[in-house]
Amino acid sequence: MFDPTTVRKDFPVLDRTVHGRPLVYLNSAATSQKPRAVIEALVRFYETCNSNVHRGVDALSEEATDRFESARAKIARFVGADPRGLVFTRNATEALNLVAYSYARVRLGAGDILLSTQLEHHSNIVPWQLVAPEAGFEIRYVPITPEGELDLDAFEEIVATGRVKLFTVTAMSNVVGTIIDVSALAARVRAANDEAVVVVDGAQSVPHLPTDMLALDADFLAFSGHKMCGPTGIGCLAAKPELLEAMPPFLGGGEMIRDVTLEGTTFNDVPYKFEAGTPAFAEAVGLAAAVDYLNALGMDAVRAHEVAILERAIPALEALDGVTVHGPKDPARRGAALSFAIAGVHPHDVGTLMDREGVAVRAGHHCAKPLVRALGSAATTRASFYLYNTVEEINALCAAIETTKQFFLPDAGPGARSPGRGQ
Amino acid sequence: MSLDDLYMEMILDHYRNPRNRSSDLDGHDVHVHHSNPLCGDELDLRLRVADDTVDAVVYDGEGCSISMASASVMTQAVTGRDLADADDLTECFRLMLHGEGIKREEDLGDGVAFQGVAKFPVRVKCALLGWMALKDAITTYREGGAEHRVTHE
Repeated sequence: MFDPTTVRKDFPVLDRTVHGRPLVYLNSAATSQKPRAVIEALVRFYETCNSNVHRGVDALSEEATDRFESARAKIARFVGADPRGLVFTRNATEALNLVAYSYARVRLGAGDILLSTQLEHHSNIVPWQLVAPEAGFEIRYVPITPEGELDLDAFEEIVATGRVKLFTVTAMSNVVGTIIDVSALAARVRAANDEAVVVVDGAQSVPHLPTDMLALDADFLAFSGHKMCGPTGIGCLAAKPELLEAMPPFLGGGEMIRDVTLEGTTFNDVPYKFEAGTPAFAEAVGLAAAVDYLNALGMDAVRAHEVAILERAIPALEALDGVTVHGPKDPARRGAALSFAIAGVHPHDVGTLMDREGVAVRAGHHCAKPLVRALGSAATTRASFYLYNTVEEINALCAAIETTKQFFLPDAGPGARSPGRGQ
Repeated sequence: MSLDDLYMEMILDHYRNPRNRSSDLDGHDVHVHHSNPLCGDELDLRLRVADDTVDAVVYDGEGCSISMASASVMTQAVTGRDLADADDLTECFRLMLHGEGIKREEDLGDGVAFQGVAKFPVRVKCALLGWMALKDAITTYREGGAEHRVTHE
């Protein structure tokens, strides 16, 4: 395992202060900070070989293309995908929209079920809803238990209909951290319908867990660069190349074509068929630098570090009066996105108070309203940890929670019950 | 500016000891439901009108201290005012939160405590929730309606 205090030195922004206090950044589930290696990779690219890819015959363009394609191969290897199946998108959201538009819209129809879950981020709900009316398929959702786990009996019941033709699920919840045993669920879905495909939202899991598409038994895997130490504006859809080959394009334009006449167009090979227009090639090179950075630390070590953080953070939060942690309590079952509630204090007030203490958390519905509603609230406060967070920062979080409680509930001394809403 | 400027004693007082907070109002003419999906705030407001005047107004809901305290302050500031006057006061409150100065300071009552919120742009809509619900209730009443649901972004 690595020493997070050493890792921190690689992230320039972690040196800064907020409202006169050292920054305690606990919002990596929203976006991660960037190591110097990634920032420098972007600068180096622009300073040394910037030119449009797959276009020119000049030396710069060749170098840029070479860097871009090397990045593709490296990123594909990072998740166990075939580079021919690695499509660059803007983010995981766009990757899921691609599958909705070019696969679900075309391949699913009346009588088919698209199965999603109540754990999902809006990006794994809304794209399917957009294409369902035209395609005529039905969307069902696996409900969750109060602990934030999937209700497997309900899953079984829906799958047993044999009508599930696409199953889409997050590998790790962005709100309650739950890790999903994707391959076990995928096996069930495939056993019930051999035409079914499995889509995995890896936006949270790829940055935090060792990932292998084959081990996940996924047909499609979507993830974002900016949550895994990479730049914004670059994400990926990793897919089985033969699936991509059979799919119609998502967006039209340059790069994705083989020949264009005024009467019609033939399309480029995969993955280029799905990369219309100038791609975010500098960002792709930046994301490859992020992959190098994560590989150097080792994804097993990243995971081990976060489990160690959770082993301390969960009991520390639960020991605080009036604080409830949402989601699984066993660190082995969850990632480092830790949502909690303070009885009697609204999450937005918690967020504002914590910010004054230098602690950056997220308050709200985390773009997962059906999930947050299932937890029985409209909003939660979420502290999310990553490879640069330390045990001292757990202490800072707990201290900020106590300050918040003191501010809003001054009468609720130690051991006192926190009041509900007053009348 | 310090945190205490944002959550002045007055705001905290209204949050901890809300005025006119109720899930029902006898003989109310209008009920509006306002929500802010961005933060999950939900607010119900019931208005009873007599002689074109705010006879009574109550609110209920789930939200942060700023949104709930502001609604509490609003009920005190507008009860007994004729509808046009209540509308005007609402506009004064809105302008204050957008940093455009304070008009009718006396009439705003405890509402002036919210002027510091103008410096926290993400919280301005929290402070406006109850007041916008009142404005909508008055409009709905004038148009002869009794129920209205509004979602703020």
